[in-house]
Amino acid sequence: MKNTPKTITMQVTRFRPGEDEAPVVQSYEVPLRKEWAVLDGLNHIKDHLDGTLSYRWSCRMGICGSCGMTVNGKPQLSCATFLTDYAPGPVRVEPLRNFPVIRDLVVDISDFMEKLPKVKPWLIHDGEPPEGEFLQTPREMDEYKKYSMCINCMLCYSACPVYALEPEFLGPAAIALGQRYNLDSRDDGAEDRRDVLASAAGVWACTFVGECSTACPKGVDPAGAIQRYKLTAAVSALKDYLLPRGARR
Amino acid sequence: MSAHQQPVSAFWWLHQWSYLLFVLRELSSVFVAWFVVYLLMLVSAVSAGQGPYEDFLAWSGQGWVLVLNVVALAFVLLHAVTWFALAPRAIVVPRVPPWVVLVAHYLAWAVLSAGVVWVVLR
Repeated sequence: MKNTPKTITMQVTRFRPGEDEAPVVQSYEVPLRKEWAVLDGLNHIKDHLDGTLSYRWSCRMGICGSCGMTVNGKPQLSCATFLTDYAPGPVRVEPLRNFPVIRDLVVDISDFMEKLPKVKPWLIHDGEPPEGEFLQTPREMDEYKKYSMCINCMLCYSACPVYALEPEFLGPAAIALGQRYNLDSRDDGAEDRRDVLASAAGVWACTFVGECSTACPKGVDPAGAIQRYKLTAAVSALKDYLLPRGARR
Repeated sequence: MSAHQQPVSAFWWLHQWSYLLFVLRELSSVFVAWFVVYLLMLVSAVSAGQGPYEDFLAWSGQGWVLVLNVVALAFVLLHAVTWFALAPRAIVVPRVPPWVVLVAHYLAWAVLSAGVVWVVLR
């Protein structure tokens, strides 16, 4: 660490509604410490240099999904992105792309919040619930576990050029969460979700850029979930044409 | 209070290698279509007899057609490889590892290609 600089420049995008016509870049010098993430740098700015800087954060451990930002052009969780990886700097911190900016690094994710319930991301069970626990084997859980790791951090939406160009696209996380329940052995709601997931704004809008899976900090692989559902939707549509009603499921 | 709408650059696909690769993959569909047209032209020439077939071969030997077909081949290979890479993520077979699905696709490709070579050269 002998030759490592003691500080690093953080170039932070600021947007103060009513004050700024468009976002502007403001530079801050923050201490460069081995254990400091980008979020620690922002907290240092907020606490010691400029208390007006706005950004979201909560858990500091990659669980809450609040602190997604664009760091040097890539969507990242700022709590899991270390300043030393960008030394000697500067580190460019911008709001997540593809969302309206409310203030500084705070984006408006209302669009996602409106879309998410459309895929009915909850267990839909036909008939009576079982007495006691709803048993499931480890193999049955493995079917959907990967998709259940989503923390709604919006990095996948920020990385997706389809969402940027076609805002009506349901989006990677919402579809992956729909699949999470479709693949759950306790769920009977696949048919209820089909109209939304298999629509033009659903999986068929995805052109498999694959950046959603690259950006995902939890290994959810939304792109895989979408391609997998495309096959499911195509087979279901074929069954609708070829099979009698009783034999379709 | 009004939120700032972030503009999307017309050149967004140049900002990242993965985006450029995606656009090239989408573009590859045009060359796949060209190979279909080229094959139909070949079949048409063959069915028309020796003369039209010789004419077709002479036309195909022109520099620009050769260059077009070499470029088309590169794009069709990109198309095939990227499609095959997608296959294990779309086709999830219980208790079958993803690499088996991938290898099965390449094997099917090799077998079909061998079949075409056999038909052409026998």
